[in-house]
Amino acid sequence: MGFDQYHEPPEELSQEIRTLARIFASLTEEAEAIGWYEQRLAVEQDEDARAIIADSRHEEYKHFAMDLEFLFRRRPEWAAIAKGILFQDGSITENAEGAEENAEIDDPGPDTSPRLLVGSLGIGGLR
Amino acid sequence: MNHLLRSHAPISERGWELIDEEARDRLTPGMASRRLVDFSGPHGWEFSSVTLGRVDPSDVSLDGVAAVRRRIQPVVEFKVPFSVLRAELLDGDRGADDVDFADLDRAARKFVEAENAAVFHGSSGAGIEGIVPPCPHDPIARPGEASGYPGAVASAVDLLKRNGLEGPYGLALSREEWTRVVETGELGGYPLFDHLKSILDGPIVWTPGLGGAVVLTLRGGDFLFHCGQDVSVGYTSHDGDEVALYLEASFTFRNVTPEAAVAIA
Repeated sequence: MGFDQYHEPPEELSQEIRTLARIFASLTEEAEAIGWYEQRLAVEQDEDARAIIADSRHEEYKHFAMDLEFLFRRRPEWAAIAKGILFQDGSITENAEGAEENAEIDDPGPDTSPRLLVGSLGIGGLR
Repeated sequence: MNHLLRSHAPISERGWELIDEEARDRLTPGMASRRLVDFSGPHGWEFSSVTLGRVDPSDVSLDGVAAVRRRIQPVVEFKVPFSVLRAELLDGDRGADDVDFADLDRAARKFVEAENAAVFHGSSGAGIEGIVPPCPHDPIARPGEASGYPGAVASAVDLLKRNGLEGPYGLALSREEWTRVVETGELGGYPLFDHLKSILDGPIVWTPGLGGAVVLTLRGGDFLFHCGQDVSVGYTSHDGDEVALYLEASFTFRNVTPEAAVAIA
């Protein structure tokens, strides 16, 4: 099993950050899969095979959106910027500039949530 | 990889799952102090000490310089070794649901007793004062019969209330006292356990490693368990037959309000 989603030593990361890292990895994988299905659909001639590939791509759309929503809920400042860009009419780049200006960026500072060592049994307090 | 060196062990992912699950199952029921005192953490393996906010005089022999030295409470590392047969782990990989973890079970019992004993009775070697030794109240006499427990617990609760220490309250019972109380099923037609709980307005906790019994307030802020690394399983070495592992945790315990508990001894 690989742990490539970690950029920093996992034992120095909290449980929350390690969960986020897994969802970031999933988001990347879903986007990559959508790209692959787009390419396959561009060349596949068999109608039945095309239907299967299109159905698979549909699933990845859903997974990608769920991962993204999960991250937005955990990072409200990210969601605030996204709201100014997603599903908006007009220029994407202009909307992006406006969204950045309007969003209040809240720096959470260093992560101080409890550290769960890899190998910890996670028993904690029992009250 | 961290200092537990788990990836060096000849143990499959399934094997680690079985070991961790067994350790968790064996440790959790007896970890009484974690059910009765405030828990802070886990703060990580690097966490070394708790700030006390106090200072000691310090003579640094530097002309014109006054110095004081900060007082801290260091965490202690508890480590209990155990071993697992490699053949048993292979059977676990094959799907066996009765893998022999007898030595892990023994280590878990030892660990639980050590943690509870340090919290309740203190340990000078660990730099932990504990709950019972600094308690200023005279211990309440341990009832000759378990049926005397409601009276003893009521006296302890009354003593705490008179000292301005509000509830709810918890009752820690040693293994022996727990058995005595459990064996006394009913008292005047009313289950003894329920009777005690109604006096305490809190839990009755099985506490291996404790001698006698202790009533303490659960209002919070009086007894503080500071956890660095929570209980973890690490790897030491292996040969053709066995894998040597260990249970490990780092913690310390502070008794901020010694009068907030009463021993029944």
